[in-house]
Amino acid sequence: MSSETGKILTTDGIPLEVSLKKAERKNKIKAFLLVAPLLLFLLITYIFPIGDMLMRSVDDKMVTEMLPKTFKSMEKWDGKELPSEEVFESFYLDFQKLVEEKRDGKLSTQLNYTKNGFKSILKKLRRKAKNFEEGNYKEQIMAVHQRWADVEYWRAIQRRAPAYTSQKYLKGIDMYKNEEGNIVSVEEDRRIHRILWLRTLEIAFFVTLLCFLMAYPIAHLLATLPMKYSNLLMICVLLPFWTSLLVRTASWMILLQQQGVVNDFFVMIGLVADDSRPEMMFNKTGTYVAMTQILLPFMVLPLYSVMKTISPSLMRAGKSLGGTPFVAFWKVYFPLTIPGIGAGCLLVFILAIGYYITPALVGGASGTLISNQIAFHMKSTLDWSFASAMGLMLLAGVLAIYWVYNKLVGVDNIKLG
Amino acid sequence: MSKNLDFVKFDKVDKSYDGKVLVVKDLNLDIAEGEFITMLGPSGSGKTTCLMMLAGFETPTNGEIYLDKNPISNIPPHKRGIGMVFQNYALFPHMTVYENLAFPLKVRKFQKDEIDKKVDKALSMVSLSGFEHRMPGQLSGGQQQRVAVARSLVFDPQLVLMDEPLGALDKNLRESMQYEIKHIHESIGVTVVYVTHDQSEALTMSNRIAVFNDGKVQQLSSPDKLYEEPVNSFVAEFIGENNTFAGQVTNMSAKECKVKLNDGTEIVANPISVKSNGDKTTVSLRPERALINTKEKMDNNFKGKIEEVIYHGDHTRVRLDLLGNKEFILKVPNSSANMDIKMGNLINVSWNSHDARALDPK
Repeated sequence: MSSETGKILTTDGIPLEVSLKKAERKNKIKAFLLVAPLLLFLLITYIFPIGDMLMRSVDDKMVTEMLPKTFKSMEKWDGKELPSEEVFESFYLDFQKLVEEKRDGKLSTQLNYTKNGFKSILKKLRRKAKNFEEGNYKEQIMAVHQRWADVEYWRAIQRRAPAYTSQKYLKGIDMYKNEEGNIVSVEEDRRIHRILWLRTLEIAFFVTLLCFLMAYPIAHLLATLPMKYSNLLMICVLLPFWTSLLVRTASWMILLQQQGVVNDFFVMIGLVADDSRPEMMFNKTGTYVAMTQILLPFMVLPLYSVMKTISPSLMRAGKSLGGTPFVAFWKVYFPLTIPGIGAGCLLVFILAIGYYITPALVGGASGTLISNQIAFHMKSTLDWSFASAMGLMLLAGVLAIYWVYNKLVGVDNIKLG
Repeated sequence: MSKNLDFVKFDKVDKSYDGKVLVVKDLNLDIAEGEFITMLGPSGSGKTTCLMMLAGFETPTNGEIYLDKNPISNIPPHKRGIGMVFQNYALFPHMTVYENLAFPLKVRKFQKDEIDKKVDKALSMVSLSGFEHRMPGQLSGGQQQRVAVARSLVFDPQLVLMDEPLGALDKNLRESMQYEIKHIHESIGVTVVYVTHDQSEALTMSNRIAVFNDGKVQQLSSPDKLYEEPVNSFVAEFIGENNTFAGQVTNMSAKECKVKLNDGTEIVANPISVKSNGDKTTVSLRPERALINTKEKMDNNFKGKIEEVIYHGDHTRVRLDLLGNKEFILKVPNSSANMDIKMGNLINVSWNSHDARALDPK
């Protein structure tokens, strides 16, 4: 080769790379324009809401904005003794402004979250403050209620100064920051979220396992039966997809209730006595049964699509080389289905971990999941920031599982079809 | 030790998949030990079904198959100890070449060092030493093919079945693999049952060929006999090229017969499956047995008009209109003596009656 190792030129003398880029630019733009609507759609319906959820879950600006002067003057306060007159004055001014705007109720709710007892003293302050004279607000406020002279309450107000907080996340795992600023667990009998998290994981795990155990033979049958039978079977698998989720769940309620079809059948064949019919609904059993049935197709389909690609001659080869049917299955067939198992399990597990309607309807108290708790805070307590925080924790959990899965199996090995 | 002449024996085997159509009809076939036998036939002729019955993946509907004098219909495939090479190799894609070859040894509970030895030997036999740790997906088609052959032989089976193993390879590779498989067979003396629809493959490799059609063995004989002396018109048509004349037997004797063709001319032929005067027949003649402008004395001499000339380098194919057959093919060696072959010319064509075989009518 010659010493000319520089850039390769086209016949027109333009460097090849430049020329190539120019030639491909148009295609790249076209390709981008083609996906742009989808990208925009995803951005609006997915990325923004998640971002908003993230903000909402750590957002604690409400109090920060309601008491701007107070927090400004509190910056110099060391928090050991009662704050200075300046703090009291700015608190009074902030509070008067809120009263005028009729927003003092919100403040009292918020401060009451932080420390019980704020509601009544703020109400009292509001009444008395109308007659306050100018100057010496410290004396006047402390005279309204003795708690206003308690340094604890002022510290509680100060704790709400930062615009962002992690307390919703701590609450999600039954922990909180105590007055000394240490992170501690709540008392044992008030820990509800941890139980829910564990139960969610447990139910998702077992539902995935049950789905796998049931779907594997079905998928194998689907992949190996002659076309005319496998089509029929495929319709049976897909039929649930064509019925409303609510209808399916409701039909499980009919089947599983104590006077329901399944129990009647058990009594009829003498499996259980009429007066001791087992409870199969409004508990974990109901959740397991209904969720497994509903999520089964999500396991069958990826398994089927992978099994369909495995040549039947591989099993034959395994047998003709001397492997018993079991050895041929275990050493040859099964390893080849792992990509489908991975895809199916991941899909079912992720769907199960965030499942909502079915556990809400058939789960009862012992069969509800973390998503039901999220819904509860969205709809009933209106504590959206807490709901957001738990939603994000769920998301983080799913991502973590995905990461672990990627480390163990490798995402490249997933096959959905 | 004498050779076992019916090492594999198909005894009156019938096979039907749906209870309506017989895919294999009354098959009787003896395969000698150490033989390379090919089942040749068009697709749907039942040859693969026979192989699958022998391997144990299909059961005969009627009759019995004996392996070394033992009936095997009730023995599952994994206990038959028969090596098999599949159409698309069926290498296990998730195992390395080594693991693929070690599989039959591991299930037979061989020791690790013995496995290593046997795998080494099998790989060197197909000249793939050093490929132990490749995945099948990283090998070319020909290499995969060799691994499949090595895998079918690594556990020293007495019988190896090959189901169109070279079907997926390109022409050159196919030819070199034909020789390679043939040499392996010769060097280790294993019995091979080979299925193919490619007649040239069958002719080059086999000791004997069983031509299948319509669920029956049409002819079972050595390649040269099959080509030179086909017993019926299907075999004559299927193996090699063939010129045919349809006609009626007029003058029958022991060694030759006269056949009156549809256009009225009479030719002399060798009676194979005709018995008496008046029988309808198809006379079959190999292209290379008919000569042009020859000085040799032959008992059939006719004039034909050249319809088409196709140049093939070493020889020229000439299509003639001869005795009413417009598809009469001649192979003319490329020599300076044959320069007058031009379209439209009339030429003399001669052949011996011995080579014109009067077979069954189609």
